[in-house]
Amino acid sequence: MTTADATLPADVRSARSGDRRARARLVVAALAVLVAVTGFLSLAVGATGFTPGTAARALMASLSGADTAGTLANVIVMEIRLPRTLLGLLVGAGLAMSGVVMQGLFRNPLADPALVGVSSGAALAAVMIIVAGGLLPSAFAVLPQPFMLPAAAFAGGLATTIALYRIATRNGRTSVATMLLAGIALGALSGALTGLAIYASDDQQLRDFTFWSLGSLAGGTLQKAVLTAPFILAALLAIPYLGDRLDGLLLGEAEAGHLGVEVQILKRVAIGLVALAVGGAVAAAGPIGFIGIVVPHLLRLVIGPRHRNLLLASALLGAALLVGADMVARTVVAPAELPIGIVTAILGAPFFLWLLLRQRALLDV
Amino acid sequence: MKTLLRLPGLAPLLAAAFIAAVPAAAAKDTTADTLTEKDRARVVSIGGSITEILYALGLQDRIVAVDTTSLYPPEALEENPNVGYMRALSAEGVLATEPGLIVAEPDSGPAEAIDQLKAASVPFLTVPDTPSPEGVLEKIAAVGEIMDREDDAGDLAAKVKADFAALDKETGKIDAPRKVLFILSAQGGRLLVAGKQTGADAIIRLAGGHNAVGDISGYKPISNEALIAAAPDAIVMMSRGDHSASADGILSHPAVAQTPAGKEKRLVVMDGLFLLGFGPRTPQAADALARALYPESGIAPLPERPWAAAETQ
Repeated sequence: MTTADATLPADVRSARSGDRRARARLVVAALAVLVAVTGFLSLAVGATGFTPGTAARALMASLSGADTAGTLANVIVMEIRLPRTLLGLLVGAGLAMSGVVMQGLFRNPLADPALVGVSSGAALAAVMIIVAGGLLPSAFAVLPQPFMLPAAAFAGGLATTIALYRIATRNGRTSVATMLLAGIALGALSGALTGLAIYASDDQQLRDFTFWSLGSLAGGTLQKAVLTAPFILAALLAIPYLGDRLDGLLLGEAEAGHLGVEVQILKRVAIGLVALAVGGAVAAAGPIGFIGIVVPHLLRLVIGPRHRNLLLASALLGAALLVGADMVARTVVAPAELPIGIVTAILGAPFFLWLLLRQRALLDV
Repeated sequence: MKTLLRLPGLAPLLAAAFIAAVPAAAAKDTTADTLTEKDRARVVSIGGSITEILYALGLQDRIVAVDTTSLYPPEALEENPNVGYMRALSAEGVLATEPGLIVAEPDSGPAEAIDQLKAASVPFLTVPDTPSPEGVLEKIAAVGEIMDREDDAGDLAAKVKADFAALDKETGKIDAPRKVLFILSAQGGRLLVAGKQTGADAIIRLAGGHNAVGDISGYKPISNEALIAAAPDAIVMMSRGDHSASADGILSHPAVAQTPAGKEKRLVVMDGLFLLGFGPRTPQAADALARALYPESGIAPLPERPWAAAETQ
């Protein structure tokens, strides 16, 4: 609904918003199909060139409980591609939906899920584990080795978000502007400490950290997917209930308050859910950029700013895009693979620039 | 609502969840004894020195894929698919080469990919990697055992051992050991140098030199003052490999120029894998380094060996 619509006759207006609702429904349905298709392709496509039929049979056999464990096709589909695909769907949906929430909360289309400080805190925790993990006597290692890094990344991300939230909240009111600035400061601090850890690291640790920071679904095991799912799913299921309140917030905090939105509670819940989703995503796959900005932005252009549809559509498109990017990452240089962060940035950055230029033309600034 | 952000209480729960989700079953490790000839017919070789040993044993026709560090002999990467960097392997990528067997250096990874390979019942064997003459012989023996070529590996190891003995004799001609600084990279004027517990340190000592920065350990950045204080007589750098250290201009680096090495323009540039790979060519590498460091000592080249014959820069 643009302000220009207000001058139109009522019937035209309702027809327009009806159009838009119908279009949004159509887009959501189309995206749901896209997710299903991408998800299946992701199981059927990979460095090992067996046909989609073989993949489908391996999947069917496993689901029906036939004893096919250990055959190569079965291992590749069930133990390598399926966990990656599930993780990709979760992480992509989580990042994109978190992007919508952050942009609504900050009333800025360029807000990024990383603004809650999750990524910088997670990176700091990750580099500390990579560099100092070997120094910890095994008695201190609370968790088995493979889970130390994701757990630390998750905890580090959440701790940073809590710190940010505390800094930005005074007398029961959270200032998003303060949060943005404090986020920059905390990000710089995390960056400096990360630099310190990098300084103390050896060559191999440095490479491990570099690969981690580029993001990858390669570590996707079924365990990791199962462990990550509760955090991201909790956010994915809860965030849509915030949709109408986020719509109200678009008018401004005071106006939303007059509409009956509990602004302070909304902020707290939204930030908490985003931290859960992004924390889970970063812990499982490292920091992956652009999904959280590009997806909501693009969909706003197609179906408008109403959150109810936007959240759902963004989750679907984010999931499909990330799984698609992962397919590119693991086939384009086969038998090796690219870190997925490189793929999302190579595809995302030019697209994002195009969006910006297009918007400038529209606004004629 | 307030409880939502009071998350510290979650930590023990999380820890419990993580621990609960870890399966008790450990992956079964294959040993060389359980391998079949069919397994040995399709080898994925992860690590430059392993690829070198396979070629030296004449087993190159068994190789179906190598990693990015397999730079010698040059045809290894030309003739075989590349499964990527040894620490960022893709499980499915490796499986796509239909391996019968994967032979890898110890720090190959990531752990998840290795576990997935083991789950796919592909035998995955690591070969010990210690940067020392004993380590080289041990590595050759381990590859021989895995490939069921103990006799050939024994011959190769004996010849390499003889080369090390010849190297010892040659470096005995050195009167005064020089202080040598290995520079891994010089990005933007910041020097990353090799302290002790590095392959570079080991090869410097094999070539009859002292590590100028033997009091630090690992690869570390060094300040200009510390570099001048270390006063190296010679600088060693890699010509290519993972770190494209640009050797040109290193002598005009303000701090390097102040050192004996800078004043006497004593800079040695060698191939990275040759220098640091710790494979069958290591005696030749140490000898070549010694000849470059001590041109006045009359050190002779070691006898020609077929596995060290290909051109390296």
